[in-house]
Amino acid sequence: MSLPFILFFVFAFFAVVGAILLIVAREPIHSALALIMVMVALAALYLLLGAEFVAAVQIIVYAGAIMVLFVFVIMLLNAGVEERTNWSKLAKYAGLPLGVFLLFELTHWIARSAVGKSIANGSEATNAAVSTRALSEMLFRKYLFPFEATSILILIAILGALVLAKRDE
Amino acid sequence: MEFIAQHPVLVASLVKIVVLLVILMTILAYLSWFERKIIAHIQSRWGPYYVGAHGLLQPLADGIKFLFKEDLTPPASDKLLYILAPFLALTLAMTTLALIPFGPATVSIFGHQTHLVVANVDIGLLFLFAITSLGVYGVALAGWSSNSKYSLLGGLRSSAQMISYEVSLTLSVVGVLLLAGTFNFNELVTSQQGYYFHFIPRWRIGPQFIGFLCYFTAAIAETNRAPFDLPEGEQELVGGFHTEYSSFKFAMFFMAEYANMVTVSCLATILFLGGWLSPFPERWTFMQYLPAVSLLALAVYLAYDTAVNMRGIARFQLAVVTVLAGGLGFLCLLPGVMPVIQGPFWFTFKMGLLLFFYVWTRSTLPRLRYDQLMSFGWKLLLPVSLLNLVMTALYVIFPLLVKRG
Repeated sequence: MSLPFILFFVFAFFAVVGAILLIVAREPIHSALALIMVMVALAALYLLLGAEFVAAVQIIVYAGAIMVLFVFVIMLLNAGVEERTNWSKLAKYAGLPLGVFLLFELTHWIARSAVGKSIANGSEATNAAVSTRALSEMLFRKYLFPFEATSILILIAILGALVLAKRDE
Repeated sequence: MEFIAQHPVLVASLVKIVVLLVILMTILAYLSWFERKIIAHIQSRWGPYYVGAHGLLQPLADGIKFLFKEDLTPPASDKLLYILAPFLALTLAMTTLALIPFGPATVSIFGHQTHLVVANVDIGLLFLFAITSLGVYGVALAGWSSNSKYSLLGGLRSSAQMISYEVSLTLSVVGVLLLAGTFNFNELVTSQQGYYFHFIPRWRIGPQFIGFLCYFTAAIAETNRAPFDLPEGEQELVGGFHTEYSSFKFAMFFMAEYANMVTVSCLATILFLGGWLSPFPERWTFMQYLPAVSLLALAVYLAYDTAVNMRGIARFQLAVVTVLAGGLGFLCLLPGVMPVIQGPFWFTFKMGLLLFFYVWTRSTLPRLRYDQLMSFGWKLLLPVSLLNLVMTALYVIFPLLVKRG
């Protein structure tokens, strides 16, 4: 077994455990931490795929900035422990089997798809390392217009949030 | 064994990590001595004086005290997070140092070619920012999990402060990145080689002086040090986020703070002060002897001090330090060691200067008020670092535009 192979399973395990903890935990702050764990594990998986830049940005933006605000708000509002409800009948008898069915269906089709086969055969096609330079050339040459359009969209969203927050004065 | 034979990189990295960890732990311990001694002397006091000669064994005594104190956990606290928080803070603070290169890309140690860095990552700087951006959780979680008003307020203040100043910190560095065109630490340093007029080193602090000022101010705030140490403002918050912590968990926060200071100083050295590069032109070959000469001079001074000022056991302790300094000095004279030691010597020298600056500010400036801190960060530091970024971008892009016509 090669080292990347072992590392993949370690981080995949962390990602899945984090995702389960996120749903199961009753304290909002524990859920937030579990989500951070998922994000960090995903970043490690990106690193294994050779996408260094995406991995670093994943941690800086999601785990380092957005989730800090989440934790901040949870701490500030002192959100209490979540209350448990009894499962509704619909969720118990229809939702759970459907969810399990969907999981198996997805696994089945991904395993049979071209991407899944190439991974299973151990071909290096998906492991091509993308350098930060190549990525920036793509973003700022080929896809310049969509990139700038997205940033303007985000700017509009920020302005909108400011307008909504300032309305009372 | 077969697994190890297949991955020699793992073994080399493990050895480097152990060496770095031992050196780092010693530095962290003696940084507290350094800080207390310098602040004391600036304020006309003696500082640590009784444990060992010149208080040199004080860090050891402090360590033993931390270990043997009662480890209290507040009954209403969130046990898991309460224990996790100091570990998170210290681990993240020390991980960043694995990325810092302390010397040139290739040196030979015992005929073995190696890098003076644990991990030479292609996107070094981004990776470092990724790890430091997680550092805020240690402080925030410590504040929240202690279940105490002082801790919570300290944690909230600290996370707000760290988010605010992280923006300026990152923006002030982008100017350097634009000029160097790389994220890799080794390339960032080698791009600063060369001299103006054959003797002034071409370090980035020249063209990026505003960037350096912004970076270092933001860095002091980011590491929660005076005059921006509001998260632990004793007068209002008792001890801030670590009010409830005792024994070794408290020591871990303490060590994390010092490790962060070291990281930030290392980064400033690499980005603005030319990393391991010597400030003297290469044709001055006699400068190679400087590490050995400075250590030997220190040994001579210590020997004088031992003979004249010390009595009893202190005399013996200082004699040991003298022998250590002298031995290291002679070691630096060996032909195999001399070229290897040049890089780390200059790196440590520059880092030490910045650490001294840290301590100097702490002993001189009063703490800011919280609203002053926020308006300073958002209304002055951020615009200035943005302006610096725009000016640098224009400087980089202008020749390209002229060439295109």
